[in-house]
Amino acid sequence: MLPVANKLKYIIGAASDFKKQIMCPYDPLVCDFLNSLSLELLKDKAAKEFPDVISFGFWCRKANIIRLKEEFSGKRLRLGLGLIFHICPSNVPVNFAFSFAFSMLSGNSNVVRVPSKDYPQIGIICDAITRVLSHKEYSSIAKMTAFIRYEQDDEITQAFSEICNGRIIWGGTQTIRDVRRMSIPERGVDVAFADRYSFCVINAKNLLRCSEKEIAELANGFYNDTYLMDQNACSSPHLIVWLGDGVDLLEAKNRFWESVYKKVASRYALAPVFAIDKLTMLYKNIIDLQEVSRLSRYENLLYVLELSHLPDNMDDIRGRYGYFYEYCGTSLDEITHIVNEKYQTLTYYGVDSHDLRSFVLNNKLIGIDRIVPIGSAMDISIIWDGYDLVERLSRICDVK
Amino acid sequence: MFNSSEIINIPPYSLSRAKKNDLYLKAISELTKLHYNGCAQYRRILDTIKFDLDNARNLEAFPFLPVRLFKEYDLISVGKSEIIKTMTSSGTTGQSVSKIYLDRETAANQTKALVKIASSFLGTKRLPMLVIDTKSVVKDRNLFSARGAGILGFSMLGYDITYALDDQMNLDMETISSFLEKHNGTSILLFGFTFMIWKHFRMSLDKMKKINIDNGIMIHGGGWKKLYDQSIDNGVFRNAIAEVCGIKKVYNYYGMVEQTGSIFMECEYGHLHASIFSDVIIRDHRNFESLGVGKEGLIQLISILPASYPGHLILSEDLGELLGEDDCPCGRMGKYFRVHGRIQNAEIRGCSDTYASGSK
Repeated sequence: MLPVANKLKYIIGAASDFKKQIMCPYDPLVCDFLNSLSLELLKDKAAKEFPDVISFGFWCRKANIIRLKEEFSGKRLRLGLGLIFHICPSNVPVNFAFSFAFSMLSGNSNVVRVPSKDYPQIGIICDAITRVLSHKEYSSIAKMTAFIRYEQDDEITQAFSEICNGRIIWGGTQTIRDVRRMSIPERGVDVAFADRYSFCVINAKNLLRCSEKEIAELANGFYNDTYLMDQNACSSPHLIVWLGDGVDLLEAKNRFWESVYKKVASRYALAPVFAIDKLTMLYKNIIDLQEVSRLSRYENLLYVLELSHLPDNMDDIRGRYGYFYEYCGTSLDEITHIVNEKYQTLTYYGVDSHDLRSFVLNNKLIGIDRIVPIGSAMDISIIWDGYDLVERLSRICDVK
Repeated sequence: MFNSSEIINIPPYSLSRAKKNDLYLKAISELTKLHYNGCAQYRRILDTIKFDLDNARNLEAFPFLPVRLFKEYDLISVGKSEIIKTMTSSGTTGQSVSKIYLDRETAANQTKALVKIASSFLGTKRLPMLVIDTKSVVKDRNLFSARGAGILGFSMLGYDITYALDDQMNLDMETISSFLEKHNGTSILLFGFTFMIWKHFRMSLDKMKKINIDNGIMIHGGGWKKLYDQSIDNGVFRNAIAEVCGIKKVYNYYGMVEQTGSIFMECEYGHLHASIFSDVIIRDHRNFESLGVGKEGLIQLISILPASYPGHLILSEDLGELLGEDDCPCGRMGKYFRVHGRIQNAEIRGCSDTYASGSK
């Protein structure tokens, strides 16, 4: 039995039918359910229009889940925590679905508050989930699942918080503080996906070795990492650190930004209000930042501001809608002073991932949770923000 | 800076394209140099974008500041001691406001320009003036709001200045009646802010008895945002005013506190006109290139008045289109254009707000 209220709508499941149950992580039935959901979404005509729905559909397919299951080794007995309450971002259409999938793979029952905004993606995914849940073999999962919608309401949030064993909270600082004011049971677990900062590193010499085709692919990947979400995603880079010097460096920068610009010009629709935001931000930066050394503009589609030195509060200086800061150095060790807990993703090109691993390890950095090639910044994974979600959302029964 | 004697004897809508271009290239170059030397923030911007004044051959090439910059910084090109008044935009509560710093010369030139522009519509004789607002908006003379500044500016064109609204924003019918009686048979200037006129004058008269001011000339400005939200455009506005009080001469103007004085008046054909004190460039938001007649873009405003602050070239947050130059049927020279309205806030993509946004 789940809370009911006038302002609360159950989109999937019903308050009266709900039963909190647990399973083991990667229970075969759950894996099977996700594969059925994948098939359902990938054949859905309406879903084809939405790349984010399709990528969720791909993520759910059998091969991927089996791979994750194999990576999640361990001989200990693990079980889900119980009921997980998801508070999902209002301005990213499909993260609620990933949040749900991660928690169910951990062995939990779920109540998912979907974004209050009416994205078509929500309807498509929820309809598909409803259809799959109606199959007899998934009736036990159906009882463990509810999707709800309500406008911000502390009483409703409190009611679900009181009965859950854990919460997944996506949001900015204020959102997380607001939700945390509402207590959960003593043993309850909060996983908060807070606001983060991300950056990118490119080796100039290695970039110059790229063929035309490779550079176009790289630009395409960079575009997907950034412009697709106007650089508002936590994993979108704002700063590009170039490793190199001399003529190579200049040439590499030119080549890279030219290809990014080409890609942007063919794909990106810049709203007039963003053009003004960018110009205003540029002039503010020029006035405020003593470190500004050079500006490159590619129409209003791409602004690149070079800094001669990186200020300690670099994570407060963020570009949007195609606005980047760049810094040129010879070693990543020059920039350790900027890395703090806010740092999430480091995307890279032309740099050995082992060297990046050593960079984090040798400098004992308190930030950077993720190091992935350019083009993969948006690939959400079950290890996110430095947590293995299945470990976080399950418990060990220690048998000796 | 702006040499008033050079231009003040020219009729306000008399410069054809070629002549205006020569004059403006010179004036804007000088102003840009002046602000470059006088305002440190402005200098940093021009240096970083590598603007080369000596090689700027046309007006389109000069850099412009987005209006929002005046909300975030105190941009001043003269010594602080020379500032005699500070104007602010009429931001609603919680919004930051623009602060515009005027020295004696700039303030005087603003007044001169305004009087000259308005005289093209009102004649050179002062008219009895009814302000559709409350007297309290002009009380604090040290800190001028856009509303107060507009009223005081236009007051130069009138006499027997009378306020039509009381402190509670109710129509003061007694005062209005005796004012109309006193000036029976002469032309009357009515002035106010578009939204104020609609809300407190038109709506009230609609409910009460209608009055007859068919010898009135109404000038109004200040923006249409709230009225567009209610689907009231210029045509609806004009008709409604004619209906409740018989005024047929209704002129809208477009202008902003960042460029007080050099306003753009609407002619008898409903077109907004640049005068000899101002100009307009419509720009493509994708690259800020200037657009020709009939294409919608961001409105950039040029004024040759600002000498104490770097506001001679500003980018507004409005969209509009150029209608023509030197060939409006009303006979006024210069560019004429139409404002389509404020740019829309676009959907913010990202993952940084969830719970708090629900309360809005």
